[in-house]
Amino acid sequence: MERQVGTDRVKRGMAEMQKGGVIMDVVNAEQAKIAEEAGAVAVMALERVPSDIRAAGGVARMADPSIVEEVQNAVSIPVMAKARIGHIVEARVLEALGVDYIDESEVLTPADEVFHLNKRDYTVPFVCGARDLGEASRRIGEGASMLRTKGEPGTGNIVEAVRHQRLMQAQVNKVVGMAEDELMTEAKNLGAPYEVLLDIKRNGRLPVVNFAAGGIATPADAALMMQLGSDGVFVGSGIFKSENPAKFAKAIVEATTHYEDFALIAELSKNLGPAMKGIEISSIEEKDRMQERGW
Amino acid sequence: MINIGVLALQGAVREHVKALQAPDVNVIVVKKVEQLDEIDGLVFPGGESTTMRRLINLYGFYEPLKEFATKGNPIFGTCAGAILMATEIVGQTEPHLSIMDMTVERNAFGRQRESFEALLSMEGVGEDVEGVFIRAPIIETVGPGVKILSSYDGDIVAAQQGPFLACSFHPELTDDDRMHQYFVKIVREQQAIEA
Repeated sequence: MERQVGTDRVKRGMAEMQKGGVIMDVVNAEQAKIAEEAGAVAVMALERVPSDIRAAGGVARMADPSIVEEVQNAVSIPVMAKARIGHIVEARVLEALGVDYIDESEVLTPADEVFHLNKRDYTVPFVCGARDLGEASRRIGEGASMLRTKGEPGTGNIVEAVRHQRLMQAQVNKVVGMAEDELMTEAKNLGAPYEVLLDIKRNGRLPVVNFAAGGIATPADAALMMQLGSDGVFVGSGIFKSENPAKFAKAIVEATTHYEDFALIAELSKNLGPAMKGIEISSIEEKDRMQERGW
Repeated sequence: MINIGVLALQGAVREHVKALQAPDVNVIVVKKVEQLDEIDGLVFPGGESTTMRRLINLYGFYEPLKEFATKGNPIFGTCAGAILMATEIVGQTEPHLSIMDMTVERNAFGRQRESFEALLSMEGVGEDVEGVFIRAPIIETVGPGVKILSSYDGDIVAAQQGPFLACSFHPELTDDDRMHQYFVKIVREQQAIEA
């Protein structure tokens, strides 16, 4: 048989291999090496971490390809990168660079206010953010191979990621418990493709892995998201905005693996220095909330 | 009953648990060193080998896993798991657990965009085994005591050395559990010898 590239199994399988792990935002080779050394399962190569994007304002775009290449050359773990929502060319450029996963991300300024990428067109797999099962199912329908909560990126505030994960779990459980003849109406109400809901109902879970992202700032935050049923975590600004990134990164990885070992998490949390300051969500105007991006 | 563990530090654990199911098999998710005493065979799942190795060191699994293998207990490694088992890794000065006499090359097919599926012929397992290769390694060479079970395009992708079984693809991502049941058979046979 000929080899087939870019199949669903190959793209979704790549995310399956990341389960139980931590994916860290990095902006250069040095940070990427710290992340790999700490046990990250992948790194996200960025020009700026979300809290800096938030602070800087303006239009946030795909990273300079030289940063992506620098990171690719520095580590042997998979390298991810972000493209703007709906930006076909940024996604193709990242694919051409050979990144292992593309995040079609609300952290960047959307390029299209109506359409997300048709992710089935690409050989490279995609991860997308979602706040509820409707968004999640639409992204799966478009071909996303991995999901993550949107949370509220760059805030160091876990509350939105918790909200999104709890809602997603509740909605998945509801679908699983429904009779098949109720699914079409549920699909209509959620704005979800019927086939995706049918798949969830028959298999008892989402067809792709679902990580936590957006606001994870401490080892306890990471463990909390695992307790709530996340398959793994993305940590953005939390690590390299802390005082001792190497120590902080290791602590987050350990807390994610052993999220039910509270004595261990207590040990890990000692003397980490101050976590990032964080932002109260209600102080961010709705128009400035990144989670509102995407449709 | 035989007890088979799946090392659950990171990676695709749930899929292995499912593929190992058999009437006489009890599958144990192994997160702590003490659990190694309860099991007759162990699976190293796919994941990130560098990450798994760091966690093996961190949680004191290194020596106990070496000892588990030295006693002749069966071990099955897929993808990253096979890398953990190799005696030599191309481009690295040190191997990980050095359990099976083979040299592996990491990410030998390229990056994720080069990841692929193909049908494989595997001795003792089948002529039509679905191989899902994800940033997969290849087994570059094997030592004299190692039997090659499958090759693809001239590269070795599955091999066995007595109770040790390694493959560079992910049988756990398919509905085909023949490779896992082949491993279960190895564990059963080993139990029979010990009894």
